[in-house]
Amino acid sequence: MNRVTHYFKSLLLIELFKGMALTMRYMFSPKYTMRYPMEHIPKSNRFRGLHALRRYANGEERCIACKLCEAVCPALAITIDSAPRESDGQRRTTRYDIDLFKCIFCGFCEESCPVDSIVETHIHEYHFEQRGENVVTKPQLLAIGDRFEADIAAARAQDAAYR
Amino acid sequence: MGEQILNQVVWPIIYILCIILPLVIAVAMFVYWERKVIGWMHVRMGPNKIGPLGLLQAFADVVKLLLKEVILPTSANKVLYYLAPLLALIPALAAWAVVPFSDRMVLANVNAGLLYLLAMTSLGVYGIILAGWASNSRYALLGAMRSAAQVISYELAMGLCLVCVLVLAGSLNLTDIVHAQAGHKGILDWFMWPLLPVFIIYFISGVAETNRAPFDVAEGESEIVAGFHVEYSGSAFALFFLAEYANMILVSFLASILFLGGWLSPFPASWGFIGQSGFLWLFVKAFVFAFMFLWFRASFPRYRYDQIMRLGWKVFIPITIVWVLVAGCMKYFGWVTVGGL
Repeated sequence: MNRVTHYFKSLLLIELFKGMALTMRYMFSPKYTMRYPMEHIPKSNRFRGLHALRRYANGEERCIACKLCEAVCPALAITIDSAPRESDGQRRTTRYDIDLFKCIFCGFCEESCPVDSIVETHIHEYHFEQRGENVVTKPQLLAIGDRFEADIAAARAQDAAYR
Repeated sequence: MGEQILNQVVWPIIYILCIILPLVIAVAMFVYWERKVIGWMHVRMGPNKIGPLGLLQAFADVVKLLLKEVILPTSANKVLYYLAPLLALIPALAAWAVVPFSDRMVLANVNAGLLYLLAMTSLGVYGIILAGWASNSRYALLGAMRSAAQVISYELAMGLCLVCVLVLAGSLNLTDIVHAQAGHKGILDWFMWPLLPVFIIYFISGVAETNRAPFDVAEGESEIVAGFHVEYSGSAFALFFLAEYANMILVSFLASILFLGGWLSPFPASWGFIGQSGFLWLFVKAFVFAFMFLWFRASFPRYRYDQIMRLGWKVFIPITIVWVLVAGCMKYFGWVTVGGL
């Protein structure tokens, strides 16, 4: 009996019509597509994008060349050289390079930094046009930090209670 | 002399262009509509960037294909390789000669129209086989073999469906077949009611015949990449594409003409404006069938090869043979009214 009912069910294409009814329902349902350049999904304040080096409010750079970020970096993307600064003899970096081809955006550098100098911003739309541009240097990182300081500070403030 | 040339050469060419050019544009819009519908059914949006609502997407694709290089594989048979797309396309376009768009609008009102259609739709498989063989590629050959076996299997079921229609209509002429479905009751006079199982089988066989999902093992992206046209690029690929979609639209039109009364209105003639017959009704019906092609593709997974063969030989052909007898009885004992009598 079971085989007979199954035979007639398949002959009448009942399951196929059920499937087609399902796809027809989905045809009129709201679409999930995000039209990317025009629309953006909201980002978490913990989003880890392009790096930046921050400064204090008085314009002094935060980084003290402790090299913790260089040590913690699992991809060995950070290269730091340091020397006493000529004007006042403070310990500062002379070179702070991040190879963005190596970087895996894990955020360990930011977590390890004792002075909140190296941070990862919300920027994720960037590109390189020449070979070698993948290595961002200290002046570039400081410039990114200067430009997006308000955004960076706001994201850190939102997350401060959980750090 | 001049008048003879005008009547025998110039006007037919103009008529032919009047069918082919809208057909090519219809194919372009059909491709766009396919991507749109399948997108919607996938809860996506489909193409929406090129032109308003993405309407120019198909034309952008055509331009891209025409500008690309046609690559000839090493050790491919050059003549057959270039001939195959034409062999696929020419029957697909030639079949349109006998399709009646309305009472008077038909390029060639031949008496054996149905036979001519069967011949033309079967000829298309030569293009596929030659494309697969001439490419000198394993994938292409496998796709061609599958496609040929499938088309031949479903040709039988399809032919028997057509036999049912011509038993009821008593004519091979497509215009006469439509006239045989005319009557006072509108939609109830159509052949789809006495021939309901045959009607469904005809359309499913048409889907299989055109190698469309869920019967597209000939393309089978997951197994044999793209089947018979795997080595084709540029405008040669565009010709295969055109042939496939022209065939889909053809099957849609034929299903409308043979079973849904062609250009006849579904409403009784006494209903005034919407009761009138006209080619717009044919287009509406064909559009519904064309939409079914896309709906199938979005809904069903691909059949396994042996399942396709089982369905064709062990399900469709027996049912249609039985229904040929039933149709004969209907006609003989006068159970159906034909031509509104």
